[in-house]
Amino acid sequence: MNALEIRELYKSFKTGFIPRKKEILKGISLSVKKGNIYGYLGPNGAGKTTTIKTILGLIFPDKGEIKIFGKNHLDIKAKQKIGFLPENPYFYDYLTAYEFLNFYARLSNSNRKDNSKKINDLLNLVGLSAHSNLQLRKFSRGMLQRIGIAQALISDPELVILDEPLSGLDPIGRKEIRDVILRLRNEGKTIFFSSHILQDIEMICDQVGIIINGKIISEGRLEDLISEEILYTEVTVSGVAEKELRNFGETVISKGGKILLKIYKQEKIDDIIAFIVSKKGKIHSLIPRTYTLEDIFLGAVKRK
Amino acid sequence: MKVLTIALNTFKEAIRDRILYLILFISIFFIVFSKVLSMMTVGDELKVIKDVGLASISLFGVFMAILIGTNLVYKEIDKRTIYTLLSKPIHRYEFLLGKFLGLNITLLVMIIIMSIVFFGLILLHNSKFEAKFLIAILLIYIELAIITAISILFSSFTTPILSSVFTFSLFLIGHFSKNFKFFIMKTKAPIGKLLIKILYYILPNLEKFNIKTEVVHNLPIKSDFVIYSLVYGIFYALAILFLSALIFHKRDFI
Ligand SMILES: Nc1ncnc2c1ncn2[C@@H]1O[C@H](COP(=O)(O)OP(=O)(O)OP(=O)(O)O)[C@@H](O)[C@H]1O
Ligand SMILES: [Mg+2]
Repeated sequence: MNALEIRELYKSFKTGFIPRKKEILKGISLSVKKGNIYGYLGPNGAGKTTTIKTILGLIFPDKGEIKIFGKNHLDIKAKQKIGFLPENPYFYDYLTAYEFLNFYARLSNSNRKDNSKKINDLLNLVGLSAHSNLQLRKFSRGMLQRIGIAQALISDPELVILDEPLSGLDPIGRKEIRDVILRLRNEGKTIFFSSHILQDIEMICDQVGIIINGKIISEGRLEDLISEEILYTEVTVSGVAEKELRNFGETVISKGGKILLKIYKQEKIDDIIAFIVSKKGKIHSLIPRTYTLEDIFLGAVKRK
Repeated sequence: MKVLTIALNTFKEAIRDRILYLILFISIFFIVFSKVLSMMTVGDELKVIKDVGLASISLFGVFMAILIGTNLVYKEIDKRTIYTLLSKPIHRYEFLLGKFLGLNITLLVMIIIMSIVFFGLILLHNSKFEAKFLIAILLIYIELAIITAISILFSSFTTPILSSVFTFSLFLIGHFSKNFKFFIMKTKAPIGKLLIKILYYILPNLEKFNIKTEVVHNLPIKSDFVIYSLVYGIFYALAILFLSALIFHKRDFI
């Protein structure tokens, strides 16, 4: 059974003074395997947040079906299994971190007795134990993001849905939250998170879905989407004249005596190395570029 | 249980509102000021204190109910705190019920504070405590519950300013709805008659919660009138809440 299953989801909004229908989701279908990290990737305005709000039952689709562990997504039993972090979260800023988590713990039906231990564990997990008695109004953007993640985990959910969990965090924070996500997977949980940052998704996801303009244009296991095939090799050399390198590949830039070349044919690599050595030139770097998520992504965006 | 959790959080939030305290302060000023007024009038001083006191509790209570009623539900939607709230395993009507309860707890605390000042003043005036004032205040409180429910109804689909205007208009109309009987008699066209009749039954009849005159002037109060008013008030508030829940149930939170 899939943790999350979306079939043929359509959603439109009415906008403007004279209401006009604007289609946002145009038949989204995706499935998230239990125990996987699913990266929902798309440019700004693609419809990621709209999809997530529909899953949570905050907005209602025009058409389509959403199942959470086989149950209708509006079912209270289904909701009991979900933890959710909204995009740019706003919270009751008059509560302290501890009171805040306690409030949600009570709403989530969890056992009163071990609430306090659970809250302290979570504060620890997101690195906020030192601020447990600080009011949220005094929190920085990144701290709010962290407390938001703690809030999403308060009921020990089986499916964790995070809308851009890594935005607003510094590099260390991003790493920490990525580690939290990986840790959740190791505990057997399923994570669905949206992002428009490729590296984050490439680093930790098992499954990827790419949404552009309200449609899924590519979905599958990460290793199936990106291949090991080398697209081209980037070579940086110096000590030779630019025009002598024309036969090997195309020059990207030439600056301060260093020349960056893109070489498409694999056999030319050996040739250029031999050539540079014979000319007493220098090779600074040689980087093979494989087909990445970025290529799929940029290619798809361009095609639109 | 979850309703109560939301109610307590709402209460916590409501009592942080500075404007609420401003209204409380003004109401207490008026209640105390009635003493000064009473000294300037000829006749029964105590009656002036009672009259102005009860009127202050009622009017400023309504201001408080409209203020927090129109703001606190709307704020939850506007600030998007409702996203995380509704993502928890709760029903949307539980959210509304929790808000309603929380607002009523807040109003209860406010009413109690105003009443303490009011009764204190009466006792200072060497008069004894009369239980019928409690009944008058209880009815005022039930009226506030209706006003709160109406504020929630409006704020489930419009902005605080518009909801305040609508709610306050309904409050005024609600106190004149007695006069509708007169209109029904005067209107000739049967359709007009029917329309006014329907309005008369739909709009809240808030005069049912006003026994100030009876209490102040020592007129008899019928117990079945009080009981009828209580029942009417509770059912009216619940009906309005039910309507709000219907609107809330299907709306998109965007
Ligand atoms: N309430 C609304 N009314 C009208 N249009 C809306 C509404 N909400 C979203 N949209 C439109 O729907 C589209 C998708 O928005 P959505 O927030 O889902 O994008 P997103 O993929 O989450 O983008 P981002 O990466 O910027 O968060 C946008 O074009 C947006 O303008
Ligand atoms: Mg978004």
